[in-house]
Amino acid sequence: MNRIKQLFEKKKNILSIYYTAGYPNIGDTIEIAEALQRSGADMLEIGFPYSDPVADGPVIQASSKQSLDQGMTLKILFEQLKDLRKNVNIPVLLMGYVNPVLQFGVENFCKACEEVGIDGCIVPDLPMVEYEEFHKECFEKHNISNIFLITPQTADERIHKIDGLSNGFIYLLSSSATTGKNLEVGNITETYFSRVAAMNLKNPTMIGFGISDKITFDKACQYANGAIIGTAFVKAIANGNLDESVSDFMKTFKN
Amino acid sequence: MKYKVNEKGYYGDFGGAYIPEMLYPNVEELRQNYLKIIDDVDFQKEFHQLMKDYVGRPSPLYLAKRLSARYGANIFLKREDLNHTGAHKINNTIGQILLAEKLGKKRIIAETGAGQHGVATATVCALRNLECVIYMGEVDIERQAPNVSRMKMLGAKVVPASSGSKTLKDATNEAMRDWINNPVDTHYIIGSVVGPHPYPDMVAIFQSIISEETKRQLIEQTGNDQPDYVLACVGGGSNAMGMFYHFMDDENVKLFAVEAAGRGVSSGFSAATTYLGKEGVLHGSRSILMQTEDGQVVEPHSVSAGLDYPGIGPQHAHLFKSGRGKYVSITDEESLDAGLLLTQLEGIIPAIESAHALAYLEKMEFKAGENVVVCLSGRGDKDLDTYIKYFNL
Repeated sequence: MNRIKQLFEKKKNILSIYYTAGYPNIGDTIEIAEALQRSGADMLEIGFPYSDPVADGPVIQASSKQSLDQGMTLKILFEQLKDLRKNVNIPVLLMGYVNPVLQFGVENFCKACEEVGIDGCIVPDLPMVEYEEFHKECFEKHNISNIFLITPQTADERIHKIDGLSNGFIYLLSSSATTGKNLEVGNITETYFSRVAAMNLKNPTMIGFGISDKITFDKACQYANGAIIGTAFVKAIANGNLDESVSDFMKTFKN
Repeated sequence: MKYKVNEKGYYGDFGGAYIPEMLYPNVEELRQNYLKIIDDVDFQKEFHQLMKDYVGRPSPLYLAKRLSARYGANIFLKREDLNHTGAHKINNTIGQILLAEKLGKKRIIAETGAGQHGVATATVCALRNLECVIYMGEVDIERQAPNVSRMKMLGAKVVPASSGSKTLKDATNEAMRDWINNPVDTHYIIGSVVGPHPYPDMVAIFQSIISEETKRQLIEQTGNDQPDYVLACVGGGSNAMGMFYHFMDDENVKLFAVEAAGRGVSSGFSAATTYLGKEGVLHGSRSILMQTEDGQVVEPHSVSAGLDYPGIGPQHAHLFKSGRGKYVSITDEESLDAGLLLTQLEGIIPAIESAHALAYLEKMEFKAGENVVVCLSGRGDKDLDTYIKYFNL
């Protein structure tokens, strides 16, 4: 069974961490994955960098640039990920933009994901219609979940359509925003979170964008199966000892 | 209408809307409404009134006699440089500002390279009393200083884009980010035939007034609405698309799109997209772009800030791939020389962008009596500094 499905069946309040592959140093990808699992992360999202990341805020964009400047490519990333499953058994997703995937070849990409043990992908600028028409079969053949995003502006009908196409979880953006904004749970977000919760979707949901600490994480967990932290973690590992910075960051989420 | 967009937003293999979900509602709102709004009689009336009384259209189709003598053909210049604000960009911003009003938007954002689109956007925002934020690369802010001052004087806020090459591509990224963060009240006036569907089609429709007028003017001046050649420069490609639009189905008319070779197509400092690029996705559409094997966008170079873009609009990619258009390139030096030549032969200082199209005349061979239309997309006031430095004036 797919690791993502297993995780959602056995656990609530799932903590998923995003980090950029090849950041802060090009060789850090696996070390961070292992350190995160040791420190109690439930799921990982490894970002493959892109030169023109329109949905990212400045922190993640800068981490992508640093990684690219150090020579990171999808080919190198898949080489690094050959060692992923030696010590990491939690679900791992890849997240990035569509152009590098198209250049790598969608079939090659899905195959490489399967070979190294990637469970799912998040490609925010891959249109749903394009996925459905051209790529769904390929993703499914290689047992890769494709995760879609929804925002407070996504209409109910579209959410149901996304739910029908999904087989992992649905990524609820806390607001319509680029990454790195603070979560503000006000009337609008609360109404939106409750609206989605009441839709009885077949897929579990994770809240992302704006989750930075235990308070915002706990808040998000009231409305969804868990939450995703990106910018705050990328900031936390910018300097110094990885083992220590990962475990210090993760400690703040323990009771 | 063989080369127009299909109902899914594609031109052959190119186009579409590759956007994150955060932009879906905005783009979908536009897609569902743009044709309805544009086709409305009142919209058309207001658009054409402003084109006439505010922009100064129709722009002349000028038979450049000394240029014609030099090249041995009848060289007509479509004088978009005489439009209010000095370039073709105003055609599109007038159209989009009226559309934004109909959609109830209160705030306008835009990206700009040379500053012409920024000035045109700031102008229409002043005209219609809407808040205006313009994203511009730090490098371009420096090399296009007079336009930055114009935008500020018109009441726009100019925000420097400091990522990547700090030019047009990065300004576009920043504007898209702004739109993602302000999805409800903001309209993004994209300045070229790029971006997710329906932008390439919408901008092409607004710019198509260039070829619509040209056909009429050619009949008056030559008795035939089909010239032998049409030439225009291409960055993203909006003036070229406007210039080609009503000629695309006239298969006898040869369409030439002139890209910026920069310091030479193989120099590593170029913006010659069709020569250097391959198919991929940039800024929301599938097109042709300059990129590494890994799909990272390569930073372009051109002396002309308006052509300094690593992609082309999807319709251009289709014209290129289908062979309907011929895509060629001109170096920085060739364009500057052509700019000086036009100035001295015809008393017209062209934008360096437009000078790229003019420079290609040098490489063509004409038969006597052939009619050639070159889109003079903008005037060169903003480029005086570059001309002055290059020619030691």
